[in-house]
Amino acid sequence: MTIAVREAPARPAEAAENVNDFAINVATANGSGSQTSNGVLVRALFKMGIPVTAKNLFPSNIQGLPTWYIIRLSKDGYTGRRETMEVQVCMNGRTVAEDMAQVAPGGIVLYDDSLPVAARRKDVTYYPMPVKELVKAADLPFALRDYVANMVYVGVLAHLLEIDLDEIEAALLWNFEGKPKPAKLNMDMVNRAFAWAEENLTKTDGFRVAPMTGFNEGKIMADGNTAAALGAIFGGMTVTSWYPITPASSLAENVSKYAPKLRTDPDTGQATYAVIQAEDELAAIGMVVGAGWAGARAMTSTSGPGMSLMAEFAGLAYFAEIPAVVWNVQRMGPSTGLPTRTAQPDILSAYYLSHGDCRHVVLFPANPAECFEFGATAFDLAERLQTLVLVLSDLDLGMNVHITEPFAYPEKPMDRGKVLNADEIKALNGSWGRYKDVDGDGIGYRTLPGTPNPAAAYFARGTGHNEYAVYSERSEDWEANLFRLRRKFDTARTLVPGPVVETDNDAEIGIISLGSNDGAVQEARSRLAAQGIATSYLRLRALPIGASVRDFIHSYSKVFVVEANFDGQLHNILTTEEPAQATKLFSLAKCDGLSLSARFIAEGVAAGIN
Amino acid sequence: MSTSAQEMVAKRAASAARAVTPKVNPLGLEKNDYKGRPSTLCKGCGHDSISQRIMNVAWELGLDQSQVIKMSGIGCSSKTPAYYLGWSHGFNGVHGRMPSIATGAIAANQKLTCIGVGGDGDTASIGIGQFKHAMRRNLPMVYIVENNGVYGLTKGQFSATADDGQTLKYQGVNHLPPLDICLEALAANATFVARSFAGDPKQVEALLKAALSHRGIAVIDIISPCVTFNNHDSSTKSYGYGKEHEIPLHELSYVPAIHDEIEIEEYEGELEVELHDGAKIVLKKLDESHDPTSRGAAFDAIDRAHQEGKFLTGLFYVSEEQPDMLEMLHLTGTPLAQLPTEKLRPSREALAELMAGF
Repeated sequence: MTIAVREAPARPAEAAENVNDFAINVATANGSGSQTSNGVLVRALFKMGIPVTAKNLFPSNIQGLPTWYIIRLSKDGYTGRRETMEVQVCMNGRTVAEDMAQVAPGGIVLYDDSLPVAARRKDVTYYPMPVKELVKAADLPFALRDYVANMVYVGVLAHLLEIDLDEIEAALLWNFEGKPKPAKLNMDMVNRAFAWAEENLTKTDGFRVAPMTGFNEGKIMADGNTAAALGAIFGGMTVTSWYPITPASSLAENVSKYAPKLRTDPDTGQATYAVIQAEDELAAIGMVVGAGWAGARAMTSTSGPGMSLMAEFAGLAYFAEIPAVVWNVQRMGPSTGLPTRTAQPDILSAYYLSHGDCRHVVLFPANPAECFEFGATAFDLAERLQTLVLVLSDLDLGMNVHITEPFAYPEKPMDRGKVLNADEIKALNGSWGRYKDVDGDGIGYRTLPGTPNPAAAYFARGTGHNEYAVYSERSEDWEANLFRLRRKFDTARTLVPGPVVETDNDAEIGIISLGSNDGAVQEARSRLAAQGIATSYLRLRALPIGASVRDFIHSYSKVFVVEANFDGQLHNILTTEEPAQATKLFSLAKCDGLSLSARFIAEGVAAGIN
Repeated sequence: MSTSAQEMVAKRAASAARAVTPKVNPLGLEKNDYKGRPSTLCKGCGHDSISQRIMNVAWELGLDQSQVIKMSGIGCSSKTPAYYLGWSHGFNGVHGRMPSIATGAIAANQKLTCIGVGGDGDTASIGIGQFKHAMRRNLPMVYIVENNGVYGLTKGQFSATADDGQTLKYQGVNHLPPLDICLEALAANATFVARSFAGDPKQVEALLKAALSHRGIAVIDIISPCVTFNNHDSSTKSYGYGKEHEIPLHELSYVPAIHDEIEIEEYEGELEVELHDGAKIVLKKLDESHDPTSRGAAFDAIDRAHQEGKFLTGLFYVSEEQPDMLEMLHLTGTPLAQLPTEKLRPSREALAELMAGF
């Protein structure tokens, strides 16, 4: 117990009331089990109807390094990152000084009273928590003490902020998948801490939560990696290969978790899919390419370093025209970068992945529901276009939970693309050529290995080839092939998910953004509107761009391209693809390991319009 | 008509009948039906001998080519799938990564028979990792290594199987010990490990047949002399052409087309074989007392032969006990690539039930 703090004068009771509009930052040590306590808090708040977002800032470490979990409550429904944090929970001695220092003026600090705290601020309210004493009194098995200790702050917060204890109990049960024993063990500690706080703390601040309606009804909470895994499973995935990498691992792990229940053949009791953990990312993409060639809906999931390793195979898939899907849950680069921090730094490298003249279809989901949707969309596009499709998620979208629409059952039948069977090959009577552009869309007809007709065979290769897949070094064959591939890419422009456009008729300013920036952009637009700056917004959902992006840029005097990387990579692509309008495009890019905030975007636009 | 004349007519008739009805296999196909496109490798290349062995065996076993996939990486050896089994799908992938492509293809369609070909560069240098993991998974395929200890297509650099002390015209002397592909395979828990010589048709064909019926991965390391680049200066009978002229590497455009593929007679015990450049290697058949179900015996036999400076040939190790990758994946009966949509998309109710738990 740090006397200096304990003796701090209590703040007067006239503090302004703040209901459901602040951020809670929980500082713990990695590996201390705070995932459960934080997850339970978020779920309880969500079930109370409060719009809530969670950002886990964790280290690349198994145990001991500092971790922060930031829970934002927004009565107005904003889901972007909030730059200020009003409620600070200090459980980690190594960071307690800086954690206390960063609380917004007027905020509150809950702290483990055994922490070495000396300095204190006059503009925040301090609430000590006797964590050790409460844990000791609970008489828990030794192995569980540290783990359950985190429930102390849940209980104290529940008292101070008036979080519904029933919702906390329900969230615990949910967390432990209905197992009453661990749920009760944790809930007992919550109740103890709650009772202690009730008796010993005098609330002098204005922060509290209250049940709400109007936002969360009908919605779910999910992370993007789980959503993507389920999307793939419902999208007909048959082969998943992967190599562990943060922050993508949980995508493939969720495939392994859910597929046995969802994709066991009822007739045979055996699997209708294969999940293979590869020896590296080279092998992971190699398996996808081999499986795609043989007719599977094959995917792999990775992050930046893995995608770099996949570059050679990406070119093979592009040039031999083999369906393949790669999910890249982006993290900070260059190089190993910060593996546990979010960013969107792989847009350029994904679009142009591999040597030679390569361009790929790239999808940008913005929320878990869209991750689910794109699970199927990516396969449909890959098989229709016979090419590699990359889906760029990011750490924030992939690993953090978000309020999202329930996943929509895919209504569209699967598009298996142009595949000829043995009878169709026979009917073509020798005229079939694997890479002939029969339909004028640049897409040839393929056959699958195992097609029972001798004339169905062809030799897939990454070397130069003619329309019949035969090796060719002739200039005219090479150029004809690349012209056709360009034609195919133009077909892709018409098939990829179109942008989502929100038009304000008064706007002279446009904003183009993508992926998980959506919440921050929406909030920034509200802030800008409040300042009298009307904006229209195009959320890009895929590359290559189509005519609607050109038209959007055309309609505004200035268009800000908002993205979470350092160089403004989407801005770079758009200026290349729309050279005539390039001078209207302004880059608003930031890469500091955190999700973009509405403040950054709004200030950037406001400063940039003059 | 005299007897001799009658005999002559009968002979002619028989000969004509043979000409009209050439030998066919159980599928009613001729050997020619198992050909691919004409080879573009150097005349006399050991790889072409191996291609011929593959065609012979496939024909003899009556393999349905439409159910075979031919996989390869990059290099001279990896071009060869275009030269055999023209009715099979083939995939000339990327350097050293054939095993992963094969893994995906086999997972997608478990009914296919997979024949992979790689060189020593593909297998022991750039691709040693994928090679070993294919063993570890017991990937059901035949993996043929066309091993000449040299990079041919990039014109004569050492590979990881080059001998210690070997000399190459433009590279000098190799001072690194070679990787032995069979030892690497054994160490990685391969379930079928054999070595042969490209010019030994009988042994290569026998091993290929055994490999095709093996459960899991079958590795056949085939010593396949490079007629052009594995050109021992240290040999007393090396190529006259190349040696007399100090031609810089990138200008080497003349490849003397004077070689026939090396083919040896049947032999017992040991046989000394002269390669195109005059170098000699000693082939030694595995002793009949060798127990091919013992990994330890396989290690010992290969190691002993190394010490004697001989290429030991034969089936070193085989085990049919281990499940292959497909068995471990517990796949449903229909190949994944052929499953109908209703088996690939869970029901609306399944999703609703899931969503209720979120």
